[in-house]
Amino acid sequence: MLSEQTRQALPLNGIGAPPQQAHDTIARAAGALHTSRIRELLPIAAIFLALVLVPVVSLFLGHTYYLDLVSRAMILGLAAMGLNLILGYGGMVSFGHALYLGIGAYAVGMLSTHGVESALTQLVVAIAVGTIVSYLIGYICLKVDGMGFIMITLAFAQMFYYLAISLKQYGGDDGLPIAARSTLPGMDLENPYQFYLLVLAILAAAAYLLYRLVHSRFGTVIRGCKQNTRRMYALGFPASRYKLFAYVISAQISVLAGVLLANLALFAAPSYMSWTLSGDLILMCVLGGLGTLLGPLIGAIAFVGLEEFLSTMPIDLGNATELITTHWLGFFGVFIVLVVLFLRRGLYGSFTAKGARHD
Amino acid sequence: MDLQLLATQILNGVQLGVLLFLLSAGLTLIFGIMNFVNLAHGSLYMMGAYVAAAVFNTYGSFLLALLAAVPAAILIGIILDRVVLAGLYSREHLDQVLATFGLILVFNEIVRYFWGSAPIYINAPQALRGTLEFFGFEYPSYRVFIIAVGLLCGLGLYLLINKTRVGMLIRAGAADAEMVDAMGTNIRRLNTLIFGLGAGLAGLGGVMAGPILSVQPGMGEPILILTLVVIVTGGIGSIRGAFYGALIVGLVDTLGRAFMPAAFNELLAKSLAQAAGPAVASMLIYLLMAFVLAIRPHGLFPVRNG
Amino acid sequence: MRQHFLKTIAATGLGLSMALANAAPAEENRDELKVGFMGVFSGGQAALGQDSYDGFMLYLKNNGGKLGNRPVDVLKADAQIKPVVGAQQAKRLIDKDGVPIIVGVTFSNVMLAVHGPITKKEVFLIGTNAGPSQIAGKECSPYFFSTSYQNDQKAESMGSYAKSQGYKRIITMVPNYQSGFDFVSGFKRYYQAPLLDEIYTPLDQQDFSAELAKIASEEPDAVYVFYPGGLGVNFLRQYQQAGLLGKIPVLSTSTTDAINLPAQRDSALGVVTSPVWGPDLDNAANKKFVAEFEKEYKRIPSDFAAQSYDGAQLLDSAIKKVKGHVEDKAAFMAALKQADFPSVRGDFKFGNNNFPIQDLSIFEVVKDDQGRFNLKKIATPLKAQQDAYHQDCPMQ
Repeated sequence: MLSEQTRQALPLNGIGAPPQQAHDTIARAAGALHTSRIRELLPIAAIFLALVLVPVVSLFLGHTYYLDLVSRAMILGLAAMGLNLILGYGGMVSFGHALYLGIGAYAVGMLSTHGVESALTQLVVAIAVGTIVSYLIGYICLKVDGMGFIMITLAFAQMFYYLAISLKQYGGDDGLPIAARSTLPGMDLENPYQFYLLVLAILAAAAYLLYRLVHSRFGTVIRGCKQNTRRMYALGFPASRYKLFAYVISAQISVLAGVLLANLALFAAPSYMSWTLSGDLILMCVLGGLGTLLGPLIGAIAFVGLEEFLSTMPIDLGNATELITTHWLGFFGVFIVLVVLFLRRGLYGSFTAKGARHD
Repeated sequence: MDLQLLATQILNGVQLGVLLFLLSAGLTLIFGIMNFVNLAHGSLYMMGAYVAAAVFNTYGSFLLALLAAVPAAILIGIILDRVVLAGLYSREHLDQVLATFGLILVFNEIVRYFWGSAPIYINAPQALRGTLEFFGFEYPSYRVFIIAVGLLCGLGLYLLINKTRVGMLIRAGAADAEMVDAMGTNIRRLNTLIFGLGAGLAGLGGVMAGPILSVQPGMGEPILILTLVVIVTGGIGSIRGAFYGALIVGLVDTLGRAFMPAAFNELLAKSLAQAAGPAVASMLIYLLMAFVLAIRPHGLFPVRNG
Repeated sequence: MRQHFLKTIAATGLGLSMALANAAPAEENRDELKVGFMGVFSGGQAALGQDSYDGFMLYLKNNGGKLGNRPVDVLKADAQIKPVVGAQQAKRLIDKDGVPIIVGVTFSNVMLAVHGPITKKEVFLIGTNAGPSQIAGKECSPYFFSTSYQNDQKAESMGSYAKSQGYKRIITMVPNYQSGFDFVSGFKRYYQAPLLDEIYTPLDQQDFSAELAKIASEEPDAVYVFYPGGLGVNFLRQYQQAGLLGKIPVLSTSTTDAINLPAQRDSALGVVTSPVWGPDLDNAANKKFVAEFEKEYKRIPSDFAAQSYDGAQLLDSAIKKVKGHVEDKAAFMAALKQADFPSVRGDFKFGNNNFPIQDLSIFEVVKDDQGRFNLKKIATPLKAQQDAYHQDCPMQ
């Protein structure tokens, strides 16, 4: 049926193997499943537990600064997790994903300016616009691969960036302040604790959804596309349709993150669509570990944390402190280079030994 | 249509194109032969401008600044290649993009540390500060100088690539780097040579641009984006693609900016045109690139891979 | 009997002293005061934030590190020209560090993002540069005070000057964003005649060859431009290279200042500009400020520095008036409103929206008597000018 080479290339556990081997494989798998499942879920549980503890610590400290900081990290982590679906699992390097953050943010901003403050309405509009835009852009971009794909996704993000700048009535380049957070029946999102818990809940839900998606037949095809698209075609999968679908899904997760970001900052700006922010999202994925589910979240937390640490330098290192806080971007750059050179599986990936060794 | 204005704008477009060519030529070679995405190319351009400005402010001579800056850029490029980037050549494009993205930040802060955040000063040599008369209109002499230098470099690169042994190796490397390696050429040395050449051209671009554009931290990013658009549109690995791509991008961008707002004013209501005109003009080169990629995914002059 | 008498005396004495204590002003607060200073301190425009900061710190230094007799701990916050980061930094200053006062904010987009959050939390915001129209009009707040200007004002004075100079054909050229639009509308408001052309360039466009060629072919009487920071350096140099300098006068706002002049040099000679302050304004406070700044930092101060210096002076006077009790917000607000300090601009008072009512002058770039490129006042077209949006503000 399938050649040995092909079977090894595709992680289609057990399928295509001769019946007897399949039986043994399944039996062995069932036994290993229990322990490996726990090992897999343990770090995930630990992370979410830590995130739940943040509000508690915040209450203890008496101020909500760290609550907002971690909220921002989670929202960026959500966007990065969305990107990771096509980047880490699908091998598509999109340098324009910040565009979808912008679409989510501006949906909230524009609707809020016209008096529509319902979170549900804003979300529906954002997703609707995001789906149409990402479908069209994805359709065109996926015609090219490699460096061309990187550049063309960048190009589209730049186009929308300039479009947002030209929208004078919505703030243009200065951005659009948003008067109040969206209204959600039963919750008061102006309360930082409630907002934080909402973001955490959405993050958890998205993580679960992504988990199911990646481990489904669909996810398997996407991962196969990363290894070798031509082979997927040869196997009869309409790879480009799968890739487009993955692109659209990944974009909507970023749109959702954009809606949350606009609420957190009470601001929508063209800079949300800048290519440097797209680069930051990619960095978060790599920093955390490509091809791992929560890697991007860890990457986002590390990114935001390091940025905060370097620019405020709570530890006093004498003369070096002034140097670091003034030129923190440079130290951040050094950090990025070191991570890329030496931390190939990313932080989370190395820790759980699950990250894709991308070489 | 004012013909003189059109002619001036065409010259402007050519000048921009030539400047872009200096940067694209190096970047496309580095990408095509070494398969390496170097986002820090804009930083090499910036270093060239800064070294030139530093020398200019100390000795007052543009020529001296030029002679100092280009070797300085080559040196920085070679150090970068040997020390930092060596480990990245075998890695995926994604890693290269990220690492060189980090390098951009480092270079910007290095420059800020030594020269501060405010823009610094370099001016064209006295002889080139005036204007030349062209068929009834005046055009800045310095920009003519840039066009001349750029075309000379283009000619020089053409001769290098097509008429010398090194050029032959470069062409072979662009077509099939592994084969060149297999045939016994010291690929490491060839790569360093190419990287150094690219860095030198970028540094030269920086020096040439210095008198027109401000020399300040972060000056490399805007030109980097344009350069990437050029090499993708022109075809990665192809000098010819870089040349024609740069000229096309330069002309489209300049003529678009010059005439699109006016065209919009004719077609749309004033307030809408005032916002939309510049916005569409900015988008123009990206639309061009998307269009080219849609019909020719490997660019206008793709290098045939072996 | 005597014991009862003594107790009565004691009780009366106690009661009297308590009454007196409540009636008399509380003891002066001389504890350390934390003040946040927000600006852009990283990236390409960091020189602007640095100049603002230096102006503020100069006053502090020469005042014994105190404002209103309270020693001040200045917490620097870098907004990086990103509104989200600015909002984040504001939250840090307010929530974590508990500052009652924030000073600064260089860029309008950051100001729009932080003004609401800061003032809603009843923290005082002393704006020392950005002054977008929204916060001068409908969204004005009693917790906000500006020691700089409302954005349009700087353009209005130039518009008035252009009219008085008799320029009939003017082309405006600005970047395509809010501040650019504000300046052109402010210019038009006082120029009061149709413009020959309005050019808007993308914000990240560095090379103006196309637009300059257009201007050369249209041959206006003058051009009005706004290009901040590095863009200003580019513009004037290219203008000179195109042979236009000296042929077509340049009227400008925020394109040439003490920060840009060292890079612009002779390509800025003869350019007129309209900051709200210039180094040769003739009053004692200004002479002192310029002399001290040049001595301390070895460079000419810019209007960013002067505006922040005034911000420090304002705080000093107001904190003294409330005897250090910044937490008494109503009293502190009233003290700030009085604007009882020797502004380096001369006459200074606040309008109903807490924006300055000030004289607006025109300055020309010249070589001063030390051979340095500097600004010289040549006209004062608008006296005691109030911004155009104050009527939209419901405050009195």
